[in-house]
Amino acid sequence: MEASLPRRLISTPVAGPLAALLLACLYFGLNTDQFFTGTNFSLIIQQVMVVGTLAIGQTLIILTAGIDLANGAIMAFGGIVMTKLAVESGLPALLAVAAGLVVCAGFGLVNGLLVTRISLPPFIVTLGMLNVAFALTHIYSGEQTVTDLPPLLTFLGQTFQVGQTNVTYGSLLTILLFLLFAYLLGSTAWGRHVYALGNNPEVARLTGIRTRRLTVGVYTLAGFVYGIAALLLVSRTGVGDPQAGQTDNLDSITAVVLGGTSLFGGRGMVLGTLVGALIVGVFRNGLQLMGVPSIYQTLITGILVILAVAVDQLSRRRTR
Amino acid sequence: MTTPVLQARGLVKKYGHVTALDGADFDLMPGEVLAVIGDNGAGKTSLIKALTGALQPDSGEILLDGKPVRFRDPLDARRHGIETVYQDLAVAASLDIATNMFLGRELRKPGILGRVFRMLDKKRMREESAKHMAELKIGLRSLTQPVESLSGGQRQGVAVARAVAWATNVVVMDEPTAALGVKESGQVLDLIRQVRDRGTPVVLISHNMPHVFEIADRVHIQRLGRRVAEIVPGDHSMAEVVAIMTGAIQMSEGKSVVTDKDAAEAIGLS
Repeated sequence: MEASLPRRLISTPVAGPLAALLLACLYFGLNTDQFFTGTNFSLIIQQVMVVGTLAIGQTLIILTAGIDLANGAIMAFGGIVMTKLAVESGLPALLAVAAGLVVCAGFGLVNGLLVTRISLPPFIVTLGMLNVAFALTHIYSGEQTVTDLPPLLTFLGQTFQVGQTNVTYGSLLTILLFLLFAYLLGSTAWGRHVYALGNNPEVARLTGIRTRRLTVGVYTLAGFVYGIAALLLVSRTGVGDPQAGQTDNLDSITAVVLGGTSLFGGRGMVLGTLVGALIVGVFRNGLQLMGVPSIYQTLITGILVILAVAVDQLSRRRTR
Repeated sequence: MTTPVLQARGLVKKYGHVTALDGADFDLMPGEVLAVIGDNGAGKTSLIKALTGALQPDSGEILLDGKPVRFRDPLDARRHGIETVYQDLAVAASLDIATNMFLGRELRKPGILGRVFRMLDKKRMREESAKHMAELKIGLRSLTQPVESLSGGQRQGVAVARAVAWATNVVVMDEPTAALGVKESGQVLDLIRQVRDRGTPVVLISHNMPHVFEIADRVHIQRLGRRVAEIVPGDHSMAEVVAIMTGAIQMSEGKSVVTDKDAAEAIGLS
């Protein structure tokens, strides 16, 4: 009854992206000296951890056939809330972090309620929320960068040693989050229901799944994950920056799509998103090491996204 | 006299000025295949939705094994052992067969893995799915393949197997053969027979007269929001049934009476 392991690997939506990632690594490894070093890999993960974490929430929402354009702006606001409360309002750092997480989850909750209660398209809701969060960030921060952060807020930027390589706690947290959500989506009833919802909400409803509650839950949980991304961002840059994360919404969608998750919902894996984020990171890093100007990195990322969606479309057509 | 498994008395449902159900009655006897037929707009769908919890009637009552019941939503009807196979909305395409069988009723692992970590018992769900599929003689290569990779008939098979697995009282099927080819339709009709032979009564909504005459023990004819006749297929010709459905003839104390002579002649009854 059980398909063999190699066949199951090939049939997962992550197989293509993973092959692309390995090929890219091989190419850059053969063409540069510094690529295959622990330090370089650690750097790549640090560079992708913020967008990668945002992309976890984005994956959840895209699996339900939604989209979130506001996640970068929500994260930026969360970062400002955490840093301002800790530095200027004198709140204990732990409470400030908790407040930031709650605020981000609250944004997700409002998005989810608007999508389910008023049946607005997720694209419109989150486009509006993108502007709201962006404006609130600038109003609340007064366009000022928050500095002199307490140690708790920068803890995730600290490193520990693995062999010769320094790894940040933030990188570790990001990887753990990906594994956690891979488990939740793959091995719990909640995860199955998210996929069923993305496949066809009416089928899910008739099966007895409370689809509205599930949708609101997904958006809220995604918001909470954006809060964690905010903490990662703050600890990586060491400041609360109102200008941060402005293109991260699109970068997170890029990671999800490159990871083989379908924008039509119901198909994909969160570990694919990790692969997708790493593909972007590896290309940027590798091309940089080869001395290619950064604008070409953007060009190549764009082409990769179109390729990934084209592959998704073609494979869908084949199964019909 | 035996008590009907599922019964409705005087169901009324109005949408503004439109009357979908106008005092409809319904009786499903134990162990039978009951076909529900009727022209478009006759209120078949509303009747079935009322019986499966998908809509709330304005008045009238529903009885399950002779006891009055009220279904708040489809889930509520399912809890009472009434399973429905919807025409286009039967399965989640990208999920595998076993997952579809247990969607909304997943089994968790025993012990701490299931209680605390909410881990699914995929192996047990696969085994039980395999058992159910085997009981209905539905042959499939692997239960881990996504439903979208199956043929239309196989997909319908999965939906039927799921309904049968959970139905303790009634299986309702809405146009189960509408989208299928000849051979696949035959497979689904065989499935319906097997379900009945296991003792679960089946309500079959269909437009396809030959299928209805092939498989139904009795036929409920719905017209203008109410039941106008209950017949046994062997006693009437297809043309007669169509005539009742369209109002060309009416049933009166078990006899058919021509009410619209031209219409009756047009379909060869006079």
